[in-house]
Amino acid sequence: MKRYLVRRIGLSLLTLLGIVMLVFVVSRVLPGDAAALRAGPYADEARIEQVRQQFGLDRPLPEQFVDHVSSVARFDLGVSTRTNQPVRDELLARLPASLELGAFAVLLACAIGLPLGIVAAVRRNRPVDLLVRGFAVLGSSMALFWLGLLLLYFGFFRLGWFPGPVDRLPIGTAAPPTVTGFFTVDAVLAGDLGLALTALHYLALPVLTLGLVLAAPILKMVRGAMCDTLDADYVRTARSVGLPGRTWVLTDGFRNALLPVVTAIGIVFGYLLGGNIIVEFIYSWPGIGRYAYQAIQSNDLQALQGFVILVGVLYVTLNLVIDLLYTRIDPRVRLGGKVGA
Amino acid sequence: MSAAATDGATPVQTTETGRLRVRLGTLLRRPLFVVGLTILVGYAVVAIVGPWLLPDPLATGQGGPLQAPSADHPFGTDRFGRDVLARSVAAIRLDVVLGVTIAALAMTIGSAIGVLAGYWGGWVDEAIMRCTDVLLAFPGFVLALIIAAVLGDNVRNVVIAVAIAYTPHFVRLTRAQVLSVREMEFVDAARIGGNRPLRVAFRHVLPNSLGPSMVQATLVTGWAILDVAGLAFLGVGIGPPTAEWGVMVAEGANDVVSGYWWTSLFPGGMIVLAVAAFHLLGDELEGELR
Repeated sequence: MKRYLVRRIGLSLLTLLGIVMLVFVVSRVLPGDAAALRAGPYADEARIEQVRQQFGLDRPLPEQFVDHVSSVARFDLGVSTRTNQPVRDELLARLPASLELGAFAVLLACAIGLPLGIVAAVRRNRPVDLLVRGFAVLGSSMALFWLGLLLLYFGFFRLGWFPGPVDRLPIGTAAPPTVTGFFTVDAVLAGDLGLALTALHYLALPVLTLGLVLAAPILKMVRGAMCDTLDADYVRTARSVGLPGRTWVLTDGFRNALLPVVTAIGIVFGYLLGGNIIVEFIYSWPGIGRYAYQAIQSNDLQALQGFVILVGVLYVTLNLVIDLLYTRIDPRVRLGGKVGA
Repeated sequence: MSAAATDGATPVQTTETGRLRVRLGTLLRRPLFVVGLTILVGYAVVAIVGPWLLPDPLATGQGGPLQAPSADHPFGTDRFGRDVLARSVAAIRLDVVLGVTIAALAMTIGSAIGVLAGYWGGWVDEAIMRCTDVLLAFPGFVLALIIAAVLGDNVRNVVIAVAIAYTPHFVRLTRAQVLSVREMEFVDAARIGGNRPLRVAFRHVLPNSLGPSMVQATLVTGWAILDVAGLAFLGVGIGPPTAEWGVMVAEGANDVVSGYWWTSLFPGGMIVLAVAAFHLLGDELEGELR
């Protein structure tokens, strides 16, 4: 068990190093003049040369590489060319907004995906199943930007049920005192239920956009796993001796189907990290995704690079946590069996 | 496909070799497959016939800006007075061709690398798999985003960026398949017959390892269309005034909150329908192979 832990953590660190290398390769070695790109489309030769010197892009590549790795290792992601602020500080200030959005979206996705997946598996090949599978296909084909605009049009413009795309709170409303950075949680902690509800109201549309799309992979995983366990001999035995549906569906079926769900959440999280650029842009949500969008718009390669590294770190860390969770919930892993790829 | 000679005599679906051996007839008995196919055929017909019947997708002043859908302009006009239907139809060619190109590119490169890894093993395998692990440790869209942003905005670079993001999936799939196929008797036979390793790998092992990759390629075509449009929506890659679905949705995005829904929601709906069609085909193909 201890050996597995050390190996798994070592692997994560190696992957992180790989990501840092990848970012370096993409931003310095690929064809395309890094200095010209940073200087922007209207820079003249002198300005490009100045940028080249400023970022050390004129030095030999190995030297630049060592520099790059060591600064990332010191959590130094450079200075944004757009705002002149350290990229790390800017990202960390925006991270809670993104995490709050992501956490609620994953919760909603599970709330939709789990029950639908179970129902579809139990009523396999019946109309309900086809309907649920249709929803899954639609969800995995959904363009986030389209769904976001659709919900905005109906939820805000037509029905007026939800606020327009402004921010996390109405303009002029003070944020609750920061504890977690989640406005909903912080407001509850501060005893201000009204504020918590307002924050939830502003979260609703972006969370709905992401949650509906993320429900699809979870639903597929749950249905697949449930179908497999329901076909297993022990479930058939349980059914044939006349145990009630509650027992064989929830106890035998669902508990064994939970494992793939944990994996699905890892996959879903990766999708979330890409998708939040689009959703945060549509809803003017002040998170890291919108920061990345602004970086793209202003050719701020340093900031974009910082975003990519942060995404890599978050994703690798989450997958590490999931694998470690496996050792708790799946005894086969704990007892030294092979970990599923 | 010389490998067909070795196992071609058995008409069974050899799923254990992963070889794509599906008859169209059995697929057409699956309702969801037919739905997907119908949508794609519909798109093809519209894309071919449409340009003759519709106005120029780039021509402005087609009856005033932001006209609501009407008989003259079924999808309305955008803020430059361009016909949204004509633009949406013109975009079919671009987006679908890009999606297919990306999937083909990723599959070709990915399965070639996957064969090398799986057939040779050893340090070649180790090196290749560590690289794919790193690439897969990354949300594909973010990877494509930064590559496209660095390479610069044009269609070719977007294709490269998105293809790179999907290549590792094919490397993994092919490698896993090759690991089981290379132990089969016909591979031994090919080897004993005096074929050089590269020939055995690419002529005998690879064709019999492509089944899962074909399914994946169908799904990737859909995702690639989404990614290209998503990147364009964010202003990376293809830009205005090109008639491309993501560009169109982005151009109309600000008008949606003012009630001008048609400029964004029609082209966006076209994306979703196209992607759904590819996913239906992929899912049903996978079901048939299993």
